[in-house]
Amino acid sequence: MWVFIFPYNIIFNIFSMKRNILILLIALLTGLGSCKKDSEFLNITPTSILNNEQAFSDPAQVVSILANLYTRQADFSSFNSGWTSFADFGESFPSDAGSYGIVQSNQWNYDAWNSYNYGYIRELNLFIQRDSAAKTLSAPDKARFMAEGRFLRANYYFEMAKRMGGVPLILEPLLYDFSGDPTYLQRPRAKESEVYDFVISEAEAIKNLLPATANEKSRATRGAALAMEARAALYAGSIAKYGANTPLVSLPGAEVGIPFSKGNEYYVIALRAAKEIIDGKDGYALYQRKADLAENFAQLFLDKDNTNTESILIEDYKVKTSKVHGFTTNNQPFSSGEESANGDAGRLNPSLNLVESFEKLDNTYAPLPYRDASGNPIYYNNPIDIFAGRDARLAGTVMLPGSSFKGQPLDIWAGYKLADGSVLTNQDASKLVPLPGTTTPVQVLGKDGPYDGNEKRTQSGFYLRKYLDPTPGAGSRGTNSGVAFIRYRYAEVLLNAAEAAFELGQTADAAKYMNMVRARAGLTIPLTAADVTFNKIVHERRVELAFEGHYLFDMKRWRLAHIVWDGQQMTVSDLLSNIGVATKRNTQPYGFWPYKYYNPGNPNNGKWLYDIVLPSKVTGTLRFRLGNYYSQISDAITSANPKIVKQPNQ
Amino acid sequence: MKIYYTVAIAFIAMTALSCKKDNYTPPSRALTGKLVYKGEPLQLQYNQVGYELYQYGFGLVGAIGQFFTQEGNFSSVLFPGDYKLTVTNGSVPFIWNKTAAGKPDSIGISLNENKNLNIEVTPYYMIRTPQLSASGGKVKATFKVEKVVTDIASAKDIDKVVLLINKTAFVSDDGNERIASTNLAGTAITDPNNISMEVPIPTIVPAQNYVFARVGLRIKNLNSYIFSPVQKITF
Repeated sequence: MWVFIFPYNIIFNIFSMKRNILILLIALLTGLGSCKKDSEFLNITPTSILNNEQAFSDPAQVVSILANLYTRQADFSSFNSGWTSFADFGESFPSDAGSYGIVQSNQWNYDAWNSYNYGYIRELNLFIQRDSAAKTLSAPDKARFMAEGRFLRANYYFEMAKRMGGVPLILEPLLYDFSGDPTYLQRPRAKESEVYDFVISEAEAIKNLLPATANEKSRATRGAALAMEARAALYAGSIAKYGANTPLVSLPGAEVGIPFSKGNEYYVIALRAAKEIIDGKDGYALYQRKADLAENFAQLFLDKDNTNTESILIEDYKVKTSKVHGFTTNNQPFSSGEESANGDAGRLNPSLNLVESFEKLDNTYAPLPYRDASGNPIYYNNPIDIFAGRDARLAGTVMLPGSSFKGQPLDIWAGYKLADGSVLTNQDASKLVPLPGTTTPVQVLGKDGPYDGNEKRTQSGFYLRKYLDPTPGAGSRGTNSGVAFIRYRYAEVLLNAAEAAFELGQTADAAKYMNMVRARAGLTIPLTAADVTFNKIVHERRVELAFEGHYLFDMKRWRLAHIVWDGQQMTVSDLLSNIGVATKRNTQPYGFWPYKYYNPGNPNNGKWLYDIVLPSKVTGTLRFRLGNYYSQISDAITSANPKIVKQPNQ
Repeated sequence: MKIYYTVAIAFIAMTALSCKKDNYTPPSRALTGKLVYKGEPLQLQYNQVGYELYQYGFGLVGAIGQFFTQEGNFSSVLFPGDYKLTVTNGSVPFIWNKTAAGKPDSIGISLNENKNLNIEVTPYYMIRTPQLSASGGKVKATFKVEKVVTDIASAKDIDKVVLLINKTAFVSDDGNERIASTNLAGTAITDPNNISMEVPIPTIVPAQNYVFARVGLRIKNLNSYIFSPVQKITF
């Protein structure tokens, strides 16, 4: 400072007094102003950014950070990733010209279904680190946030293990030292079993730090941690047991594949964790609110009330915010659709393959009776009659011809079947055509389809009902739907318990848990211990959990995927035989089309008959190659980190 | 006039300046070859059996991945250098050597000029003496199946044999690579030295008076095929 004063003294002698005083004042002020230390002067706390300590000082702020982390969880099928993430695998037909590729390709790429988001893992690790460093949060808040961070991390590691097998287990934020040599950051893949062990041990460690209540749905609870543990242990157990059938799907370092001997151990854990929910007092129970069981099953996915006792963890959506989804818009029936004029409706059409696999109420499997023993069509008074006496989950999952949505009857029929067996139809349902021998033009195609190649209307004869929101406006692009996606629910926990008990030889318990789920579906004749077979377990999960993102991973962990999707063409006799057998082929989605019979004078005139149809857009046959069991780790990753071993069979 | 001169000078300048090549020389050494068993090429499925080439010494190591053709050929045009070739492991219809650590072994290739390489491998099965002919609206085939790998540890069973026909020269059991097929389960084969099958030729639109046919053998638990050579059959 004195250095600056010195020249002013010289100036003082030269110039007049008045000005000198002014200069002196300025100099003084400058001097005073510069008295601050440089570090104080330069370090200004930004007003628009919170530092870590501030961010972790208020519970509301931490919740908003958590909300972001919850949203970034990877779900195989999710409303965020669009309706196509529910399609595929022979369970449905995509009635959308831009998505026909799903049924036209012959195989999946090796990198299909991969997930390798270490950016997310890093942020979860940072969250955990910052939460534990927080000074002003109350101890219970801090513990709960910590447990939630660990839950999300474990759940994502589980998701990666499902898709990639063993992945590097990074449990602290890694920092690069800018030395030019990043090799110390390169971690090898953990064994597949180690990732599952980690998920299980995390769940055990955090379960009592999380709220033990069934009323919390969108944040992790004790129930969610246990549900994750049960599912993960079940996956690990079945990979150990059924992985023995595919010795080629393994790596010498066990990054892929779990030793057969460990199977039992995992099943024990799965059963224990599931029982902790089932026998616990957190308040979970199957959703049973409506007398109509099909209605009840559909409602289970729409009711995101806190009192929905079935859902354990959901990804929530809310109308009139930015977090909404167009799942209803994309898949609603064309005739009552709110965006049909804009070409948005009816994309996901469940296949006959799935529909026929729903049991009859006497616990037997049978194709839908559309032909009699001598091959003649069976006629029905109403189109829906053919589906009578089946598992209530059928009508709860699928909109059948003759049913209604939002109180409006569906108009699904492929045309008039004439006496000579020919079909009278027209691609445009609004174009009227006279019937033979008459002059009055009439409608000859249902407004909801099916007509081969008419997109955005059903081409399989069915629409999806699960998740479809009947709220007015939910099917319009401007409003969209706020229906939640259920990540864990109680019925799956019961089925996990049943499967683990079955694998451990406790078939009576397995039957008990399965009967709980089945009774809710109207299958009131209980299974006996001897009825519970591997086929039954596979079947039950397929129909209960259809379109919930389980089918692929179930087929993978049972090592059934390469058998079920073997790239072979499916014939009608393949379709109709071996229903309920776990190894049944499912390579092409078939349709089931209703027709009105037109034959004046015949007693069946005006009645309904059905045909089995392979939509002409289905040109591919799904093939699951052995290299698809574990998704490819990209070359960019393996070349950046040579310690990462490649997946088998790719 | 003046403007023309300016434009002309500009063009000349541009031409002169752009005389330098602005790119690297393209790779020029062709590495070709096929998979053979005792000199006989293996017939595979198009785009199913892959191989990878690695070149070391340039920092990051990534594979140059390619597939064998349905005749078992491979070809890559590369820069001169030292490469390693390996078959992507596992589900292939032949035995590829493994290292002691259980990873697929590799073949070292020093590529200074064009190179043709026949890679000798041991297939699980071979289809021998295929006789394909068309008559009466059907394609008939008779052939033998030779079980090459017979030791219990590594032998595989036959899942099925299949006679396939297609409109184009790509013939396989995939939906879009065949127009008709007939299957015979491995358990239903009574005499592997004398198998005969036939498949009706469906109506082809637009009409053509020939089909391409081959016989395939699917190996159990491998989901992988070995074929006979594709034959064009006129009827």
